[in-house]
Amino acid sequence: MENIKKLNISKSLLLDCKQTVKDFPLAYETYGKLNENKDNAILVFHALTGDQFVTGLNPITKKEGWWGTAVGPGKAIDTDKYFVICANVIGGCMGSWGPKEVDKKTNEPYGLSFPVITIRDIVRAQETLLDYLGVEKLLCATGGSMGGMQTLQFCATFPNRTYSAMPIACSTSHSAQNIALNELARQAVMADPVWDKGKYIKKNVQPKNGLAVARMVGHISYLSEKGMQEKFGRKLQERGDYDFSFNADFQVESYLRHQGFAFVERFDANSILYITRAMDYFDLSRQYKGGLTEAFKNQQTKFLVISFSSDWLYTTKENKDTVIALNAAGTDVSFAEIKTDKGHDSFLVDEPEFLKTIKGFIDSMHIKFKNEKRI
Amino acid sequence: MKKEFKVIAELLPNNIRVLDVGCGDGSLMDLLIKEKNIEARGLEIKEEYVKKCIYKGLSVIEGNAETELNQFPDQSFDYVILSQTLQAFYSPERVLKDLLRVGKCAIVSIPNFGYWKVRTSLLFFGKMPVTKTLPYSWHNTPNLHMCTIKDMYNFCAEKDIKIDKILGLNGDRTSQIKKNNLEIKNLFSKIGIFVLS
Repeated sequence: MENIKKLNISKSLLLDCKQTVKDFPLAYETYGKLNENKDNAILVFHALTGDQFVTGLNPITKKEGWWGTAVGPGKAIDTDKYFVICANVIGGCMGSWGPKEVDKKTNEPYGLSFPVITIRDIVRAQETLLDYLGVEKLLCATGGSMGGMQTLQFCATFPNRTYSAMPIACSTSHSAQNIALNELARQAVMADPVWDKGKYIKKNVQPKNGLAVARMVGHISYLSEKGMQEKFGRKLQERGDYDFSFNADFQVESYLRHQGFAFVERFDANSILYITRAMDYFDLSRQYKGGLTEAFKNQQTKFLVISFSSDWLYTTKENKDTVIALNAAGTDVSFAEIKTDKGHDSFLVDEPEFLKTIKGFIDSMHIKFKNEKRI
Repeated sequence: MKKEFKVIAELLPNNIRVLDVGCGDGSLMDLLIKEKNIEARGLEIKEEYVKKCIYKGLSVIEGNAETELNQFPDQSFDYVILSQTLQAFYSPERVLKDLLRVGKCAIVSIPNFGYWKVRTSLLFFGKMPVTKTLPYSWHNTPNLHMCTIKDMYNFCAEKDIKIDKILGLNGDRTSQIKKNNLEIKNLFSKIGIFVLS
């Protein structure tokens, strides 16, 4: 993991679970250059299984970065023009402080002795990175899914630290359905005997079967019913007839197995437990006595909330509820629903209408931000 | 730039908060921001218009005014504008009341069905009128509740909606409409602009 940039967070951070931590690593990556006016910095927050390698070749997995469709030279978020920053969330497994890191007190990996963290903890840890990189005020903070939750949390916790914000396909609190799906993923990991209450990490093994099932659950929820039907239907996988067995006869089965088992190569099972927990605990209204209106009061930040019509994980209605809360707080908010069959995954795939919209927003915000800085 | 938008802009004070309901591609919002330093927000149902607004850096919410005005708090805008869409709603009365809940004042413009060319089309040709302001045929029109300036005037009186001002528009000519010239203006105005509170 020598290709990973790390910032040691030396200042102490009081976690929501009341534990205080300091001197921990935050792994990050940047793309493009911060310009002289410092008006072109964009903070990208990754989703559940993402990492800091937004675009280009991920040096660890040797695969294309998770948001290469949207971010890169000449892309919607153009790294020839903008300075893109992304950090691996704490609790993650791509170099940031997480359950597979070694606890200096015991000289052993944390495993389940790692504290339960929240989206707010994740965001607070990342703010330090902005100071370190010399970014006073961001042009935009953005992310999809859990990245969108971090975007909303970032705006609430650090008001006006960003000129604009683009929370994509997310909500201000995790719904019962989403908690249930996360619980399914966690139970799959914990039901694998290799998991052994998280101690597998000390034996240098990985509960692969459980983690793969957890990933399969995720992949089902990222697609839409229509999208899945169109992509796979009842097509068989490299065979002319049923096998009369439990092999992956159907293409959809083969797809899920592939996704599941490719995932275990790059992800830590305990990290899935911790990060899904952070998502479940996310409820912005709970953090403020006056609810969401208070969470977003005195915001100068210009918001664009984006939803996808076929997303059943974070529905258009949930995204509209965020818009209503932002409106109630009197913030400057725009909202667009992208019509697509690609489900929750839409923000990660090549969806031209979506990409045009985010480009249009960021470019126009940049012009406004530049003008404001000039005055 | 539509003459109607210029007239609406002139009616508004500087530095206020305005919600443009059915803001289209944002031309009116653009004008209000540039000429009057107004803080403008839009609500628009058509996806392609929403995107046009976003590309211009305008604040716009994709949504249906008939059902989604409830997302805006009471009296959260100084003025709410509804340009030539009142007649397209299922319940113009409910929308009108919502406009005046969200805004301290409302500017509502209507294509005037009492305009003489509209009247003569039906009277002499026996055909549903198709004009520049009413370009649709009977079978594809989105306009469910056509009305005249006089109808709107009476409706406001009936519903206790205070009319602060009415302007009649015919091409480039603008004129003020009062009770004593209502009949004649109702015949010669293509568009009626109502300032309500």
